[in-house]
Amino acid sequence: MKVMAQMAMVMNLDKCIGCHTCSVTCKQAWTNRTGTEYVWFNNVETRPGQGYPRTYEDQEEWKGGWELNSRGRLKLKAGGRLKKLATIFSNPKLPSIQDYYEPWTYDYATLTDAPAQEHTPVARPKSLLTGKNMKIKWSSNWDDDLGGSAATAKYDPMLKKIADKVKFEFEQTFMFYLPRICEHCLNPSCAASCPSGAIYKRAEDGIVLVDQDRCRGWRMCVSGCPYKKVYFNHRTGKAEKCTFCFPRIEVGLPTVCAETCVGRLRYIGLVLYDADRVLEAASVPDEHDLYEAQRSILLDPDDPEVVRAAEAAGIPADWIDAAQRSPIHALINKFKVALPLHPEYRTMPMVWYIPPLSPVIDVVRDTGEDAEDTGNLFAAIDALRIPIEYLAELFTAGDVAPVDRVLKQLAAMRSYMRDINMGREPNPAIPAAVGMTEEEMYDMYRLLAIAKYDERYVIPAAHSEQAHSLEELGTECAVSEYGGGQQDLFGEGSGVPTPIAVENFQMLQNRQTADTLASPDDKGSRVNLLNWDGRGKPSGLFPPRPDGPGEVAEGSTPDTSHDGETGPGGTGGLTGGADFR
Amino acid sequence: MDTFLWVIVPYLCLTTFVVGHFWRYRYDKFGWTTRSSQLYEDRLLRLGSPLFHFGMLGVVGGHIIGLLLPQSWTDAVGISHEAYHVVAVTGGLIAGVMTVVGMVILIYRRRTVGPVFSATTVMDKVMYAFLAAAIVLGMWNTVAGSVMTVGGEYNYREGVSIWYRSFLAFQPDASLMGDAPIGFQLHALVAFGLFALWPFTRLVHVFSAPVGYLTRPYIVYRGRDELLGSHRPRRGWDDSRV
Repeated sequence: MKVMAQMAMVMNLDKCIGCHTCSVTCKQAWTNRTGTEYVWFNNVETRPGQGYPRTYEDQEEWKGGWELNSRGRLKLKAGGRLKKLATIFSNPKLPSIQDYYEPWTYDYATLTDAPAQEHTPVARPKSLLTGKNMKIKWSSNWDDDLGGSAATAKYDPMLKKIADKVKFEFEQTFMFYLPRICEHCLNPSCAASCPSGAIYKRAEDGIVLVDQDRCRGWRMCVSGCPYKKVYFNHRTGKAEKCTFCFPRIEVGLPTVCAETCVGRLRYIGLVLYDADRVLEAASVPDEHDLYEAQRSILLDPDDPEVVRAAEAAGIPADWIDAAQRSPIHALINKFKVALPLHPEYRTMPMVWYIPPLSPVIDVVRDTGEDAEDTGNLFAAIDALRIPIEYLAELFTAGDVAPVDRVLKQLAAMRSYMRDINMGREPNPAIPAAVGMTEEEMYDMYRLLAIAKYDERYVIPAAHSEQAHSLEELGTECAVSEYGGGQQDLFGEGSGVPTPIAVENFQMLQNRQTADTLASPDDKGSRVNLLNWDGRGKPSGLFPPRPDGPGEVAEGSTPDTSHDGETGPGGTGGLTGGADFR
Repeated sequence: MDTFLWVIVPYLCLTTFVVGHFWRYRYDKFGWTTRSSQLYEDRLLRLGSPLFHFGMLGVVGGHIIGLLLPQSWTDAVGISHEAYHVVAVTGGLIAGVMTVVGMVILIYRRRTVGPVFSATTVMDKVMYAFLAAAIVLGMWNTVAGSVMTVGGEYNYREGVSIWYRSFLAFQPDASLMGDAPIGFQLHALVAFGLFALWPFTRLVHVFSAPVGYLTRPYIVYRGRDELLGSHRPRRGWDDSRV
């Protein structure tokens, strides 16, 4: 037994309202840069729907993940090492930008500086790839809230598997949201596909990262990942992916997507797993056994034997403690209500989901029946085969039984807790009907419904004796280099590496100052005020002084004497005053 | 003049090539990439890129044999000059045609596909000019020099190759190159120009050929404390500004 720790996430889909706050904050933090315009480390898909990129789940087309060969051994679905190298000059299974969407912006300037004319000027969409006018045809959540799904949902690869029955029931359809980030798999096929060995799994917490200095842009990881959560930055020519916000995790903070989640549906915590048995679990012959196989390699952190092995493997005591308090362990292995996304890809994903009961409840409520009653809910779960089968295609490789069980547990919790909330005598028969005790049911309710911040996010910080080398604290670098660094050589981000933390991402900074979108010759540089922290003076923020040589004169006469002359605002004084060089 | 063209310039280019790569690797690992444009366009690339690259592998192999293998060695194992010539010209033509066709497709693609053209840097264009010139001149030497024997027959294995080996041995004999036909001279000069540009272009990806992939384990684990790539330990103090 080789115990390793893995940082994992569970999302409770019942609570997702599809507001995309996680996507937006993630994008602002990580992919708000040229080259990653089309990239969403976190995206929220409406299901049924095609997803992003379109039809990514159709592995017969995209060949992501692993499969068993004829001898029952695990191999990359897209082909082994030799095939990878033979096709390295042109990746046969790379989604094109059209499968994601062509990123665009609008020519807002015409709205304000168009000459007087009969018709109202419009801001035309401009491609961020070519700078030319473009026609918007698709984007990352074009079918949000089933918009246009009457025409497009039939391409949903999961729906195709159960297609016959859906046609006539689509009017009384079900809908839910599926937020997705990188799965930080135990058996990552992106890492296995990387010819350069640039993608690695961090030994401490299992976060899968791309070493930007080792990546050579072969793009095999993009094809290898069945979730299509590795992206190609077309500006830098390197692969990028969700980092699980590791600078935050290292200091004990949840990821940006979890922190900003309005529905508080995300849980983050450690699990301990047996690294020696990952391959065996990923190789079970029957796809329906994959859920159980993956659950079985996650170790019980309260087992003294596991604790001993973990200590022997060098996992610190406070991390073991965190694993024991982990909400992830509770949801996956104690209450067993969390399920993995697409276990049939055999990558052993570590972002799990509690399937949504709400489509079932909606149906029961619409019939006028009591939607809190176990009998009604159980009957509905049995009757609504299509939503259940659809969920099973997502979470258990098509095996209906586990989904059925989880939904019944959730339904039972609903009924059981209603009695308590109404001041009635709780009915012990309800938890018993789903094989739980009353106490377990109440604990599950607490965790799902009212768990506070420190119960939802049990994140042990990296150790203080290593703190000086952590990205977020970064005290190993000289102070003056922190914001500056050496920025020359070839393009953005080169030179002396600066800490990768979001706030001082050099590339982000470059983008704001050098952004000449679609090359407007008639305009100066644009300044993104979103990332201006109020200190310093980004060039282009203030117009040149009418009397001075362009910029505010520095180091000459004291600014106060100028203030009267600069006119309203006194912007020169604002920045000049702080400058005592 | 011979000394300048066939001793000074080549060594300057070779130095730039070697030092440039060292410098680029040291300071710009982040920029060391293929800068692939497949995301923008796939149809033409799928055809042109393998043609060009596999052709190029053949061309490089042919150059290694032609330049580094002394004629006396092939004579010694009983390969006649004519037999060698036929094999070399045939192989060279196949690889050369593949390369040229691939290159034409790729340049056409680069010029006509909007996003690809937008992503083309000035350095790319300069590099393309040198690369295309070297390939065209090389093809000219093969077709006109060896097949059609324009301007008399020239056995490069008794001239250019010997000069090249003497150049690598740091005892260059410039007169050998000075006597070579103009086609070979231009080809060599353009090629050396390309070598000098090499470390500053995307061509560096040649040296990243991922042969290690064949032997490494599929999943790479790496500890946090190594901090490879993202962060290099730096001195913990600052320069005095007083």
